[in-house]
Amino acid sequence: MADVATKPSSVAVKEPTFPFGKKEKRLITDPLGDNNPITIQVLGICSALAVTTQVVPSVIISIAVIFVCAFSNVLISLLRSHIPKQVRMIVQLVVIATLVTVVELVLKAASYEVYKQLSVFIGLIITNCIIMGRLEAFAMANNPWRSFLDGIGNGLGYGGILIIVAILRELFGKGSFAGIKLIGPSSEYALNTADSALLGWYAPNNLFVFPPAAMFIIAVLIWIQRSYRKNLVDIS
Amino acid sequence: MDFINIFIKAAFIENLVLAYFLGMCSYLAVSKSVKTAFGLGLAVIFVLGITMPINWLINTQLLDGGIMGMDLTFLRFILFIAVIASMVQLVEMVIEKLSPALYNSLGIFLPLITVNCAILGGSLFMVTREYTFSQSLAFGLGGGFGWFLAIIAIAAIREKIRYSNVPPGLRGLGMAFLLTGLMGMAFMSLMGIDPAALTGVAGPK
Repeated sequence: MADVATKPSSVAVKEPTFPFGKKEKRLITDPLGDNNPITIQVLGICSALAVTTQVVPSVIISIAVIFVCAFSNVLISLLRSHIPKQVRMIVQLVVIATLVTVVELVLKAASYEVYKQLSVFIGLIITNCIIMGRLEAFAMANNPWRSFLDGIGNGLGYGGILIIVAILRELFGKGSFAGIKLIGPSSEYALNTADSALLGWYAPNNLFVFPPAAMFIIAVLIWIQRSYRKNLVDIS
Repeated sequence: MDFINIFIKAAFIENLVLAYFLGMCSYLAVSKSVKTAFGLGLAVIFVLGITMPINWLINTQLLDGGIMGMDLTFLRFILFIAVIASMVQLVEMVIEKLSPALYNSLGIFLPLITVNCAILGGSLFMVTREYTFSQSLAFGLGGGFGWFLAIIAIAAIREKIRYSNVPPGLRGLGMAFLLTGLMGMAFMSLMGIDPAALTGVAGPK
């Protein structure tokens, strides 16, 4: 009886997952907005504070996180029925650490300069809670294809916030964008605004380089998001 | 004496959350009520206090030329995190058994203690600062106690601020971010105070 009862339901769950249906689309779009990993789920804050002083590292870390998040989700989803509950954390961390090592080696081979600059942050992806958080919350209960999409979506949602914060922090903290000096009093300008009355007066504010500034910027992002989406407002 | 100095420094001056901004995710997400914050704080003290000496033993006895003089320090990350994961798994089983209510209210953030950067960060600080065994125990307990105090503090503030007239978009998480930023700015001014240099006998030159 149990077999008869479970078979149709398992088929019913599997069938609509293969094509790219409405539910699959929401797995990607939800983390970009209403279920953003940073502003709603509160996952992956530490790295958002550490990395975002500059734009270029933030972009690279975002790409790495999307990759690790998607593929660790797939692997754990494939293994999910074979992992005993008592050792699941170790298994998850081994999978994450392996993928992070792969990223590290690929980056080392592709661009040694960038690798030298970022190797510490790449290692810290292991302790980025967004990855293990999605494994616990999603991949342990869903099939590989959906877990893959969930990983991509959450990685994108995370990367989006990371890059917004990084642009603001680098611009106001160092007066530059992706390493190119833009505003403030200096002689190495791309736009040569040093003597112009428009932007030359800006003195870079060092507070933006420190982590508290990232807290304030994320708080403002949360404020903006929740003012537009009233259903996200915290009522408790 | 060193033990107490390192404990105080780790707990109050170089607080892992408010000065180094480590372990933020669970700190922000679980600080809605003092009661759950208390439970998570105790779990973090336990995990930090126990993994730090174990990782010290692994690092000095096994990795740093312990096995036939081989340099196995590249295994540091994986071994440290494996120790932390097994300790957290233990804590999870204990809490599930002793207090199902706390287990349910912590939810996903209980297993996420594993990837709480404060814990791995503590172990890595221990390596770079070359602590001895008792010093690393003091640092683990002190760091855990500091984390515990920080999450209790923010949870108490958030419980009070719930009755204030905050703009709707900032209610809850937004205010938590702002408050942590302000607390962090206050802690920036404490950086560099050394309790060992405050004994008054011979001040620093």
